[in-house]
Amino acid sequence: MHKDNQPLIFEITKEGRVGYNLPELDVPEVDVASLLPEGMLRDVEAELPEVSELDIMRHYTALSNRNHGVDTGFYPLGSCTMKYNPKINESVARFPGFANIHPLQDESSVQGAMELMYDLQEHLIEITGMDEVTLQPAAGAHGEWTALMMIRAFHEANGDIERTKVIVPDSAHGTNPASATVAGFETITVKSDENGLVDLEDLRRVAGPDTAALMLTNPNTLGLFEESILEMAEIIHGVGGKLYYDGANLNAVMSKARPGDMGFDCVHLNLHKTFTGPHGGGGPGSGPVGVKADLIPFLPSPVLVKEDDKYTFDYNRPQTIGRVKPFYGNFGINVRAYTYIRSMGPDGLKAVTEYAVLNANYMMRRLEEHFDLPYNRHCKHEFVLSGRRQKKLGVRTLDMAKRLLDFGYHPPTIYFPLNVEEGMMIEPTETESKETLDAFCDALIQIAKEVQENPEIVQNAPHTTVINRLDETKAARQPVLRYSKA
Amino acid sequence: MKHRYLPMTEQDQKEMLDVIGISSIDELFADIPEKVRFKGEYNIKAAKAESALLKELANLADKNADSKKYASFLGAGVYDHFKPIIVDHVISRSEFYTAYTPYQPEISQGELQAIFEFQTMICELTGMDIANSSMYDGGTALAEAGNLAAGHTRRKKLVVSEAVHPEYIDVVKMYAKGQNVQVVTVPTKDGVTDLAKLEQLVDEETAAVLVQYPNFFGQIEDLTKVEQLTHAQKALFVVSANPLALGALTPPGKFGADITVGDAQPFGIAEAFGGPHCGFFAVSSKLMRKVPGRLVGETTDEDGRRGFVLTLQAREQHIRRDKATSNICSNQALNALAASVAMTALGKKGVKEIAIQNITKTHYAKQAFEKAGFEVPFQGAHFNEIVVKVNGSVADANKALLEKGIIGGFDLGRVNSDLKNHVLIAVTEQRTKEEIDALVQEMGALYA
Repeated sequence: MHKDNQPLIFEITKEGRVGYNLPELDVPEVDVASLLPEGMLRDVEAELPEVSELDIMRHYTALSNRNHGVDTGFYPLGSCTMKYNPKINESVARFPGFANIHPLQDESSVQGAMELMYDLQEHLIEITGMDEVTLQPAAGAHGEWTALMMIRAFHEANGDIERTKVIVPDSAHGTNPASATVAGFETITVKSDENGLVDLEDLRRVAGPDTAALMLTNPNTLGLFEESILEMAEIIHGVGGKLYYDGANLNAVMSKARPGDMGFDCVHLNLHKTFTGPHGGGGPGSGPVGVKADLIPFLPSPVLVKEDDKYTFDYNRPQTIGRVKPFYGNFGINVRAYTYIRSMGPDGLKAVTEYAVLNANYMMRRLEEHFDLPYNRHCKHEFVLSGRRQKKLGVRTLDMAKRLLDFGYHPPTIYFPLNVEEGMMIEPTETESKETLDAFCDALIQIAKEVQENPEIVQNAPHTTVINRLDETKAARQPVLRYSKA
Repeated sequence: MKHRYLPMTEQDQKEMLDVIGISSIDELFADIPEKVRFKGEYNIKAAKAESALLKELANLADKNADSKKYASFLGAGVYDHFKPIIVDHVISRSEFYTAYTPYQPEISQGELQAIFEFQTMICELTGMDIANSSMYDGGTALAEAGNLAAGHTRRKKLVVSEAVHPEYIDVVKMYAKGQNVQVVTVPTKDGVTDLAKLEQLVDEETAAVLVQYPNFFGQIEDLTKVEQLTHAQKALFVVSANPLALGALTPPGKFGADITVGDAQPFGIAEAFGGPHCGFFAVSSKLMRKVPGRLVGETTDEDGRRGFVLTLQAREQHIRRDKATSNICSNQALNALAASVAMTALGKKGVKEIAIQNITKTHYAKQAFEKAGFEVPFQGAHFNEIVVKVNGSVADANKALLEKGIIGGFDLGRVNSDLKNHVLIAVTEQRTKEEIDALVQEMGALYA
């Protein structure tokens, strides 16, 4: 990889080149302008590239070489569950019978797809301990919002219109409060206690007759299991609220504790995280929502049902919240998740969680003497270190993250959760070997040493990437969001 | 447990437990209260080995009628278009598909640059100033446009044409409900938005007018008029456009659209039973800081080299939390990449050629239906869809057509009681003259 600018596709374009061949038109040619009203035929062509097929492949191959994925190297990005993406998933999702079917075909001609969706729902119902699952939401945040809209409809159906507040812990993912706002709620923050868990006293203080729901990630974003979950459920249910489970961290508790058994009324899952979506450079994801019986009437329409041996979409749902997305969700991602679950089976999913948690605890113990560990107890699938000690020496967590790039690693999630100073959130996942974990720990320990002995090398990192640190202030102050011909 | 995705050996496990200072993995779960602890294993299907699972799922896929084997005339928002073979080769590069959101720009320049190029291509096609890095799909993109307009204008009413895709309207209503915004629909006349009714409904309370281009019935709306009526009341003009049609049609930006959204599925993205597809979201510059989702911007590193970063993040949920302009986090990055490859392959000449082919073939089909005695009720200009009136059940005919290797059009009676026995037929460049002739002939026989 060299450090020259990689030309934009628009910069290698040359008039007269093509990257496609359409079949010859086999119907009589017509003067299209005569078929359109005056002024509707485009007079200025869209400036798209003019390049050959090889140009395109070289361009995107060069771009891919400037990108780090799980297949490139270790990617311990906390809260994102960057596990291996099985290749069989990709093959199955591309079967013509899954990839090339239309959502509005006659149901008799897509029974195979509907059977897969139904069986995936059944598997997710068992995994979450819920009573019903919808596959309609497109991603985690979309699932959060869907579930909150159902909670809102539930309260409204009970004439309970004063429930305008959603409680979220201070350690929550940013999507939680954002989803609450988009669903028309006001967000109330509940504090964490000195152990990194929800402060029960504070929860009792903020919960009340105006509480619509509590949104909770368990284990939380510190990777700690909320041990008082049953008391929390009692507090929230006691004031008439609903308990919402953010499934971003489900990889930590599969076969160990189900949201449905912990007192949660609804849950969203991130199929692109726990169930190997893949992540796609930022999506597409899939965010199914599971609910307990009393929320079933409010599920998005249509609901997939099985009658005798036939699958059908039920649109007759008088209390439904409506439709959150055209069609039936991100089917292609759901096919991949289903393939993964069927590849693992019950014993496999149990091992997934056990090894994910073992890996995280092993790393935490290897690193604890070199960094501050704000919450010293067994973690679940991830843990959060603090760079406080290094900051006193003039090196920030951001610098250490950039230095990790020189070792070929994607850094952990940094500066999150917000309640840890200079935080580094590390999630190894179960698909990484001990050798990989050791090599990463060695690198981080070496960086901690560099901070003491040679801080400049960390402060000025990265040194080996195709580009150095970028001027983000300039990007925001003088936004250039598209290419324009000079 | 030995599994090809799980590298843990017994030896590893022992060494790791020693370092942690415990004797069994169970101890790591001791903090889960006994009362909620799940015992045993899930009651789900047993694991299947790769070859057996491939076979089972291939059989399941074969139960479906796919557009590789069947000639599909079904559109209504999802289309069977030419997909350059290189699209799958590019998006199968695992440096792209096994990465996540490019939070670390130094090792994500590939993804960031690809998205920057995507943003540029969407701007070019739509004639807008700024495009984001993608939304879930066209329906949620339109719904977010409605919410943006309500927030921007501080008005609480959206006026939506009934010639917008009915499922999109449903989603607009859902999102609006969350924000306590009212949605009013405008009836159609002759298959296009009734402009007289629109004029009555747009007032100083209106945040935005939302139309589709070409509309749900394949007809081309008079955007000049809609723009005038909308901006006369200082509402935002929102257009949901088929980006492939914009290869031949005057772009919404030229008609003064404030927001243009749509779905890039026609560019290289599989139908996939309705998702994942790829929403796009483009605005005029004055709305730059209100755009939902991720934006990639150009900048330089300390040596002056050009590079790309996620930018204007103060709009977004991970910074703004409950004050964010939207809750979107994961988007459709890989499909935006697929669309970019398809738009690149087609290029400047190809998008025009393919769009013209769609109009031409649809025109041919329209004439063939009329010659065969069918009524085509909406006679305005069309893109690649027409409505055909029939004298019997569309659902029954579609079942019969399947027997002949044809996936028939969309039964409009499913969504509009006035259009019982009307079928929406899509004719893309993929359909041959032979297939079109066969459809007309078979339908002629079925409805004789």
